[in-house]
Amino acid sequence: MLAVARCIVHRDLLLGLRRRSDIATALLFFVIVASLFPLGVGAEPNLLRAIAPGVIWVAALLSSMLSLARLFAADHADGTLEQMLLGAAPLGVVVVAKGLAHWLVSGLPLVAIAPLIALQYDLAPGLYGVLALSLLLGTPVLSLIGAIGAALTLGLRGGGVLLALLVLPLYVPVLILGAGSVEMAAAGLAPDGQLLLLGALLVVAAAFAPWAIAAALRIAMD
Amino acid sequence: MSDYAFYLWGSYSVTFLLLLLEIVFVLKRKREAKA
Amino acid sequence: MNTTVRWFRFSSPQTFFPLAGTIARWCALGAVPLAVAGLYVGFLVAPTDAQQGEVYRIIYIHVPAAWMSMFIYLVMALWAALGLAFNTRLSGMMASALAPTGALFTFIALWTGSLWGRPTWGTYWVWDARLTSELILLFLYLGFIALQAAIDDPRRADRAGALLAIVGAVNIPIIHYSVVWWNTLHQGASVSVTKGASMQSQMLTGMLLMALAFWMYSIAVTLVRVRCIIKEREG
Repeated sequence: MLAVARCIVHRDLLLGLRRRSDIATALLFFVIVASLFPLGVGAEPNLLRAIAPGVIWVAALLSSMLSLARLFAADHADGTLEQMLLGAAPLGVVVVAKGLAHWLVSGLPLVAIAPLIALQYDLAPGLYGVLALSLLLGTPVLSLIGAIGAALTLGLRGGGVLLALLVLPLYVPVLILGAGSVEMAAAGLAPDGQLLLLGALLVVAAAFAPWAIAAALRIAMD
Repeated sequence: MSDYAFYLWGSYSVTFLLLLLEIVFVLKRKREAKA
Repeated sequence: MNTTVRWFRFSSPQTFFPLAGTIARWCALGAVPLAVAGLYVGFLVAPTDAQQGEVYRIIYIHVPAAWMSMFIYLVMALWAALGLAFNTRLSGMMASALAPTGALFTFIALWTGSLWGRPTWGTYWVWDARLTSELILLFLYLGFIALQAAIDDPRRADRAGALLAIVGAVNIPIIHYSVVWWNTLHQGASVSVTKGASMQSQMLTGMLLMALAFWMYSIAVTLVRVRCIIKEREG
């Protein structure tokens, strides 16, 4: 089972690296969205410092959501997905492996880029750690929940936007906890509660989402 | 509460209007399904 | 074995069709006196609120509508789960039939909440925990409806919607808790539309009567809708 997982992660990473532009555009989107807010609300430093956690998190949400459409689309188009459904390996394992590979190229880079955005917003340096940690815990949850939506909307017209409508309400707790943790730290309080809850969400999502994603794939492919 | 009538009747009238519209739409769908 | 056969007797759309019609008719008839009673208690029996005056009477629609919006979503998720578990066509149809009514009550709760907030707190929108949760619930409903509308095959639409409804139902407590916490974090904006009105027993009676009236109404409309769906799909 582990061999199957390793094989799929390796394959998806390889495919991802061959399509570097797809990955890069999602990350670029993250940066662009975050840069739009000051243009919209004005460059007042105190205001930007206050909204920074929320803006960075919303941008991460949107970027993560955009890249989700890619998760199953390519395999669905060339028939590989069907093979995976028919194959001997448990679909849950396949799905987790694909999700992991996807997060490595779409979610993890956000954790790395976020401090640069925080720099733009003049966020206090002491908060960078909390910000990165919250994104590190939160982006996998976004990938897992989003994958359910990606599987449900497989091959549908209006796909990307429909995916957004389905998945964004489910993202709300992650957003609140993630941005909230940084805001708590900014207020001088300990962000431990929120980070632990994020961790709990990650554990629960990791436990249950694969089943839901597999079920959704079967529903979509029947 | 000055002007309360606007909010009170605004709420009740819109609610009953929406419920009525829902009934109208459902009955319209029923008529089309029977055809 | 005998009980199992009887239990699934009405899971066939054909046998359910006439039963649905009968129940719908009775519930439609029942809704009217309940609504009249509720409005009577709400306007003529319950006293004027000390702080908010007459405008608090919006509560007799706002709270029952909010209750219905959440109740219908749970019932929808229940039918969805039954449909996935037992592979019954009718369960999926029931879930689809419930969604528009649930979404409507969610909107009514938001609309009345907004109009209540204006005279009491000065703004048309208040980011309190309940209204924000209702807003997200509306998005969950609309997502369900949109997903089913985007899928042509009825069976896939039923199953996909069912999974989404179940995932949504599981998430609702998590969403609600996080919104409540978010509300306390940003204390400045946290006011509740219902906090002003003190709850007296007649007020509660009025709300319960209206809630029952809404419930009867929902059953009636949903069953008529499911009959339409049965006719549309099975001819």
